[in-house]
Amino acid sequence: MMDITIGQMYPGNSVVHRLDPRFKIVFTLIFVVMLFSASSAAAMVLNIAFVLFCYILSKIPLKMLWKTLKPVIPIVIFMTVFNVLFFGGETVLFKAWIFKVTLEGVMTAVFMIFRISLIIVGTSLLTYTTSSIELTDAIESLLSPLKKIRFPVHELAMMMTIALRFIPTLIEETQKIMSAQKARGADFESGNLISRAKALMPILIPLFISAIKRAGELATAMESRCYHNGIGRTRLKKLTSSRRDYVALAVMIALAAVVFLFSAFTPKFI
Amino acid sequence: MQSPFIKCQNVCFRYGEEDLRLALKNVNFEIEKGQFVAILGHNGSGKSTLAKHFNGVLTPSSGKITVNGIDTADEEKVFELRRTVGMVFQNPDNQIVATIVEEDVAFAPENLGVEPTEIRKRVDDALEAVSMSKYKKHQPHKLSGGQKQRVAIAGVLAMGPECIVLDEPTAMLDPKGREQVMSTIVKLAREQGKTVVLITHFMEEAALCDRVIVMNDGEVYLDGTPKEVFKERQKLKEVGLSVPAVTELCAILNENGLDIAPDIISEEECLREISRALKG
Repeated sequence: MMDITIGQMYPGNSVVHRLDPRFKIVFTLIFVVMLFSASSAAAMVLNIAFVLFCYILSKIPLKMLWKTLKPVIPIVIFMTVFNVLFFGGETVLFKAWIFKVTLEGVMTAVFMIFRISLIIVGTSLLTYTTSSIELTDAIESLLSPLKKIRFPVHELAMMMTIALRFIPTLIEETQKIMSAQKARGADFESGNLISRAKALMPILIPLFISAIKRAGELATAMESRCYHNGIGRTRLKKLTSSRRDYVALAVMIALAAVVFLFSAFTPKFI
Repeated sequence: MQSPFIKCQNVCFRYGEEDLRLALKNVNFEIEKGQFVAILGHNGSGKSTLAKHFNGVLTPSSGKITVNGIDTADEEKVFELRRTVGMVFQNPDNQIVATIVEEDVAFAPENLGVEPTEIRKRVDDALEAVSMSKYKKHQPHKLSGGQKQRVAIAGVLAMGPECIVLDEPTAMLDPKGREQVMSTIVKLAREQGKTVVLITHFMEEAALCDRVIVMNDGEVYLDGTPKEVFKERQKLKEVGLSVPAVTELCAILNENGLDIAPDIISEEECLREISRALKG
């Protein structure tokens, strides 16, 4: 829990870092579609290769891949077990009691492992290579047509920036509160699920109180720095798209097309 | 003689309509442009409440404050006021908005609608002024407390304020961070000629200023140069404040018959006086 990497930036100056964040968001969406339309092994391999290539291109150390995946391993294991045991299907590999393990079930599970891992690793690349301000600027820019129907686009974007900014601060705070409660004899490690959940209350309540206090102070500090709902706001870094972004977009679309073709014409596993 | 930069006239403030206790009672003083002023007081003396009045975060319940001719209660001019008076708070974590140092420093000029090229220049200058230029691409949460607080100061400097109000900026820092932040503040006051109002409860910090205003129970209790204020050792003790350690030392030596000036506020002065007294 203390090693959360989601939403944190990995500063750098690679090609991926320098892409227009608006394009990066679009690429991430294309990637998600690409990943879920991949129904053959060849298409999946292409997706894996694409993610690895992007990581190498962005010069993010590959150990970050592992750090990103670590928190979701329990979920992946859980889903794998369920898929293997309860998927059903024709080709029975072996039978025991009420469980029937089938080839289809195993293949679905394998695909599921890759899909979940890739979606997390792939979408994390967006936040690793994009600062929260760039990200929110991009979201604001992409959603700006919604302003016409009075959707609070700027407010939403600002909320996101602040949420991302405070993740590490609140984690640090949680650690402090936990240590303080442990020092007074609190026990978080033993007991059944219910008593453990109860043990979390003395952490959550001080955490909420302090978060609310922080919010108040932050609001005063932001007002003191002339924040007023983004009216007439300019930017240090204006979002500009260059040829690089369009080239990347073309590559991305071509790749998605190949994945669709592979999914359609190479042998399916499920 | 130009008119004073900050002028408080009979300022009273209470936190709620029903709240009978006045957080500020009839505060009157003036601060000249370019002055380096410390406001001292223990917890609950009203010093932070007073600080929040200088840029219109709070407005007086009665009385009037003008800053550079702007009435702080004038809602039309609130952004002009906030651009003139930059405010730095106690907890650096709660005033940093962005996840990259330079983007945080750019926050205020962005809000003001400054041109991107000009923002770039202001951000670089502000970071230079607090000696944090080489950290501009860093993530704030990985910096030390002193560094974070200097980023917060840079974030305020980027607005181009004439006056900076710092509300206990060193209270949450370790000694090293405190020293870094104090030397930055002194530099701003002495080299850049900013009007600086430093709210603090550290006597040693107040001793570095041109003027010290002591608050007690919402009122101005003492007002004068650090030497004048710290001479009133008994009066300060009555309201639960002490004097800087060197002042205390010299005053005790003086009481015990050593021929030494009783209004010493710096270590160098103290050394000089003691060695002079011992030789003589």
